[in-house]
Amino acid sequence: MFSHLLPEFIVERRDDRCIRCRVCERQCSFEVHRYDEELDRMFSDEKKCVGCQRCAVLCPTDALIVRPHPGEYRRNANWTGERIQDLKKQAETGGVVLTGSGNDKPYRIYWDHIVLNASQVTNPSIDPLREPMELRTFLGRKPDALELRFNGGDYEGVEIATELHPNVMIETPIVFSAMSYGALSYQAFKALAMAASEYGTLFNTGEGGLPRELRKYGKNAIVQCASGRFGVDPEYLNCAAVIEIKIGQGAKPGIGGHLPGEKVTLPISVTRMIPEGTDALSPAPQHDIYSIEDLSMLIYALKEATNYEKPVSVKIAAVHNVAAIASGMVRAGADIIAIDGLRGGTGAAPKIIRDNVGIPIELALAAVDRRLREEGIRNKCSILVAGGFRCSADIVKAIALGADAVYIGTPALVAMGCTLCQKCYTGKCNWGICTQDPYLSRRLNPEIGAKRLVNLLRAWSLEIKEMLGGMGINAIESLRGNRDHLRGVGLEDWELEVLGIKGAGE
Amino acid sequence: MEYSIGGLRDMFLGNVRRLDEIIGYAKISGDVAEIDASGLVHKEINDLMRHCALQGVKKIVLRGVCGQRYIGTRLHFPNPGAKLKIEIEIYGYPGNDLGAFLDGHRIVVHGNAQDGVGNTMDSGEIIIHGRAGDVVAMSMRGGRILIRDDVGYRTAIHMKEYKEKVPVLVVGGTAQDFFGEYMAGGRVVLLGLNLDDKPHRARYIGTGMHGGIMYIRGRVEPWQLGKEVGIVDMEAEDWKFIEKHVGDFCEIFGIKKDEVLGGSFLKLKPVTKRPYGKVYAY
Repeated sequence: MFSHLLPEFIVERRDDRCIRCRVCERQCSFEVHRYDEELDRMFSDEKKCVGCQRCAVLCPTDALIVRPHPGEYRRNANWTGERIQDLKKQAETGGVVLTGSGNDKPYRIYWDHIVLNASQVTNPSIDPLREPMELRTFLGRKPDALELRFNGGDYEGVEIATELHPNVMIETPIVFSAMSYGALSYQAFKALAMAASEYGTLFNTGEGGLPRELRKYGKNAIVQCASGRFGVDPEYLNCAAVIEIKIGQGAKPGIGGHLPGEKVTLPISVTRMIPEGTDALSPAPQHDIYSIEDLSMLIYALKEATNYEKPVSVKIAAVHNVAAIASGMVRAGADIIAIDGLRGGTGAAPKIIRDNVGIPIELALAAVDRRLREEGIRNKCSILVAGGFRCSADIVKAIALGADAVYIGTPALVAMGCTLCQKCYTGKCNWGICTQDPYLSRRLNPEIGAKRLVNLLRAWSLEIKEMLGGMGINAIESLRGNRDHLRGVGLEDWELEVLGIKGAGE
Repeated sequence: MEYSIGGLRDMFLGNVRRLDEIIGYAKISGDVAEIDASGLVHKEINDLMRHCALQGVKKIVLRGVCGQRYIGTRLHFPNPGAKLKIEIEIYGYPGNDLGAFLDGHRIVVHGNAQDGVGNTMDSGEIIIHGRAGDVVAMSMRGGRILIRDDVGYRTAIHMKEYKEKVPVLVVGGTAQDFFGEYMAGGRVVLLGLNLDDKPHRARYIGTGMHGGIMYIRGRVEPWQLGKEVGIVDMEAEDWKFIEKHVGDFCEIFGIKKDEVLGGSFLKLKPVTKRPYGKVYAY
């Protein structure tokens, strides 16, 4: 505990409602609540409260209110309370301030400055409840041209003569982001796998390996090959639908990962194939990749290792010159390029990196899609984007900006219970999502978690169909890169230029 | 088939011929296949090797190899009856990523190898009658690599081990900088046989190392070591290990074992399993 810090939250206990059931005490892994038997009273240590709201929503008599602490330093637009407190923590320890989840700073959220079109008079809108509406998406490299072979006079015997590259079919353009077993609890990880399998989409193992008993979900798995190469063996690569080379992550571009030894429990060690209790260090770079040519070498090593049967994705963080980098990745042989934006989440990252490094995904996506089109290589890859998607409209806008599909991480966690308290790195997640403590992870039932995830995919898919129908479009393919359906509101000229969209009213 | 990306020839898939067009390059007799690799690109070699393996071949001899990559990588067969173990003999100079992700096969190279030998290798053995380039045994997790001469930079980087799967690398010559960087497991032996009592020149040996053991024969000054490793005494266990693997090494490469084992060995171990535990405020 740090000295002389203000608490971030205040816990208000309405004593007339409190029945001393001690649910709050049992539920809080941060040990905020304590019962004093002698006084028959509940006490709270507010300094420890992270504001996850677990106690408040589980209190059977609604006796608890947890809200931001009203105690403040003198108001100062430059020196916010957060800056003062972080600095004090560093003065006390000499260490890097850690955080979890995605960038919470008020950078412009472009989704909120882009509006969608709808059909009026001049073309009909479509009612998705009665008419067919296609969300099916294929991820992978597409041929430059299709050669068809007609056998005989009728069209019965038509076949594709062009040799096709492997593609993976998903039922909706929404894929679960890379979140490893280790960052996530087994229950949360399994829920993602089950939901992806049930709905017909993909989940991403992150770089923590795929437990053997979950390899039956391999058909719906994107397996990562990252700088740590944890849990990467030929079987892991071959059981998957897609292999992803992780170069970078939106929450922490340019730096590696670090699963501390205390989180490398027995089951984690089995999956990552490292001894129990050792730090799982992922170096910042992949040490066999120092150039586009080297990237190419690993892409083809992975294709060799999987007999050219699977698309290979390369994931980078959205940074300056992202379009040129993406072009190089495609030329290096990537079948899918995944770009993770400034607001992408993480289980643990230095706060200074999370909050300051990278660029917004909206701008990165628009720049990459345009560049690949200009170079005539857009068909060579699918674009997956990640980092800050909050609702189905964000996804529709991303697809109109040129994405093939979208990675969702934080929304999936929220569906399972997460309240964005940003304490993922502590391993004490009260919602059982981001912890290896069996007492806590038991709180998340994988079946129920999977059900909620499937519900989310269904709800967002329905909404996407509604929006498509409104635009008079009946297939997601027709929206892809269709920027005519977007208009900017409250954006500067340069922003409209980068996004490649017109201002509203034009 | 002609593949191009934005007008540029695809350097991996451009002009790769179909299996039936190159089948003549492989001569199978009994359970031995001989492949004339000159004039084949890497995918064609692996296509042929895979074809041979599926025909029940137990040994593949590659002649005229010159820079083709990934040799042996495509010999993983999901759901095999019994795990295939193929002996691959290479004459010439295999390219980068020789035996990457190798799944239990044995590769013998009569010549030098390049970068990335045994990259993320899972199991099996690679023997090189010559030298190898950078990042040898990167992220290797099992099996054994024996290299007669020198290796390049960042050898054994992020090598791992888990339970009975302990990868072993023995290098007869010396290594360049960042030897054993980030090592998380496994056993690495550096013999320095070609140094004639001169010291090893590598710097940052074992920097960031947090698992595994390195044995170095010959002279290394403390300033050449990363700050995460320390020198500890050789124990009976260590000598047993050296005896076995260096013994095999000497036998394979025809070197006098007693002279090698008579040298002085340093044992390097990480100071802590958690080199970066104290960089965070909480």
